[in-house]
Amino acid sequence: MNAFFDAIDFIFSERESPAGGSQVGGLGQIWELMWPHLQLSGASLGIACAIAIPLGLWLGHIGKGGFLAINASNVGRAVPSLALIAFFVAYVGVGFTNLTLALVLLAIPPVLTNTYTGVRQVDADSVDSARGMGMTGAQVVRRVELPLALPLIFGGLRISAVNVVATATIAPLAGVVTLGDPIINVNTYGDEGRLAAALVVALLAVATELVLGAVQRAVTPRGLKLEGGGRWRRLAMALPNNRREATT
Amino acid sequence: MNLLLAQVQIRERTQDTCVSDNGFCPGWIADNFDRYVHPFFQHVVLTVVAVAIGFAIAFTLALLAYRHRWLINPVTQVTGVLYTVPSIAAFFLLLPITGRGFVTATIALVAYVLLIIFRNVLTGLDNVPDETKDAGRGMGLTDRQLLWRVEVPLAMPEIMAGLRIAVTTTVGLATLAFFAGAGGLGEQIFADITFKSNVVVAGGLAVALAAALDGAILLTQRAITPWTRAAAAR
Repeated sequence: MNAFFDAIDFIFSERESPAGGSQVGGLGQIWELMWPHLQLSGASLGIACAIAIPLGLWLGHIGKGGFLAINASNVGRAVPSLALIAFFVAYVGVGFTNLTLALVLLAIPPVLTNTYTGVRQVDADSVDSARGMGMTGAQVVRRVELPLALPLIFGGLRISAVNVVATATIAPLAGVVTLGDPIINVNTYGDEGRLAAALVVALLAVATELVLGAVQRAVTPRGLKLEGGGRWRRLAMALPNNRREATT
Repeated sequence: MNLLLAQVQIRERTQDTCVSDNGFCPGWIADNFDRYVHPFFQHVVLTVVAVAIGFAIAFTLALLAYRHRWLINPVTQVTGVLYTVPSIAAFFLLLPITGRGFVTATIALVAYVLLIIFRNVLTGLDNVPDETKDAGRGMGLTDRQLLWRVEVPLAMPEIMAGLRIAVTTTVGLATLAFFAGAGGLGEQIFADITFKSNVVVAGGLAVALAAALDGAILLTQRAITPWTRAAAAR
């Protein structure tokens, strides 16, 4: 257990680096590492959403491209994140922009699949009545399909976000210093620094999951919550990789 | 030990201009394929052992939760946290307790797949139609017979879908198992991450392994649930 106390001590107080010459540890440094970690994750998720949500809404609305949208997730899962980043390092280059691009590719599939599924599972009667009220195609998407698909879209976003936060840990391999730096360069930070970084990364991932879960519940239209039925069903909807995606 | 110090350039001094220019070199790959064989099998063992143990635990938990519904929430919450903790963090969190090596890597990978399998088994069982269960009871099946002869077989498509997700994800995560000292294809990727040929072979083998295991489970599912195909053909 001592190792864990040392790691917690590392988070809160500075000490000399085992390699000598510099000071490591302390909340200031943890923040210095966490800020690029958050920037990298946020940028990749933002770009992934800007691509995957409109594409998923459009494919779902016209009811085509289901094969692409659903298999994106299956293919995405089969490519290890380390292999993806290594591929970018070897072929595209290192640095913040290149790495963001790699993480965008990692983040797109769950959001795309869930957005498409979310639109497709909207009750056909709701879409028909919206059309009967004289809504145009764009209005149907914006006022009916998007709101009803939001819980699933956020479900996909949660999967991507946790995945991206986890993968940003190996960013130092691509020349971007994040919370993974103490894990990769253990000589500079020492064993307690490495364990401290693992602790902070784990907490960051759990926090991401909890915050996005709360947002997901907040954006779920009241009608869907009532219609959802039992507690277990709602819980299943709130989980990452909800059943609909799991069975495809 | 510094991982970067352990990182050895696997591009040895060579006359091959393709290699020294860091191109994609089929010749180098053919000559050096041997070095990927052992990590590949380490990777297979890590994946299969982790998914098998994870399946045994999660399947048991799902059967218990199917009978005792109050278990669903606590089990989902605990396995949910295990699922969320990134495996690279889990490897290092386990180091002070279980040390470096295969055991540590396996524990972290098992922890990750529990939620996926638990959820799919339970939804599979929940989706068995009540009429089918009633018919089984009407034929005089006991609860245990009903479970193993009716409910579990009918839940098979969902169970297998969960297993497929678990296997492909585990192949991906096992590329990080070398951080825990358990080898695998990730160690080869990491050994020379800037060398194009190396990255393509090691990464490609991982993708191929995921696809092969996924296909194997799909074929098994088709073989043990012949009625799903009959229903689809009709």
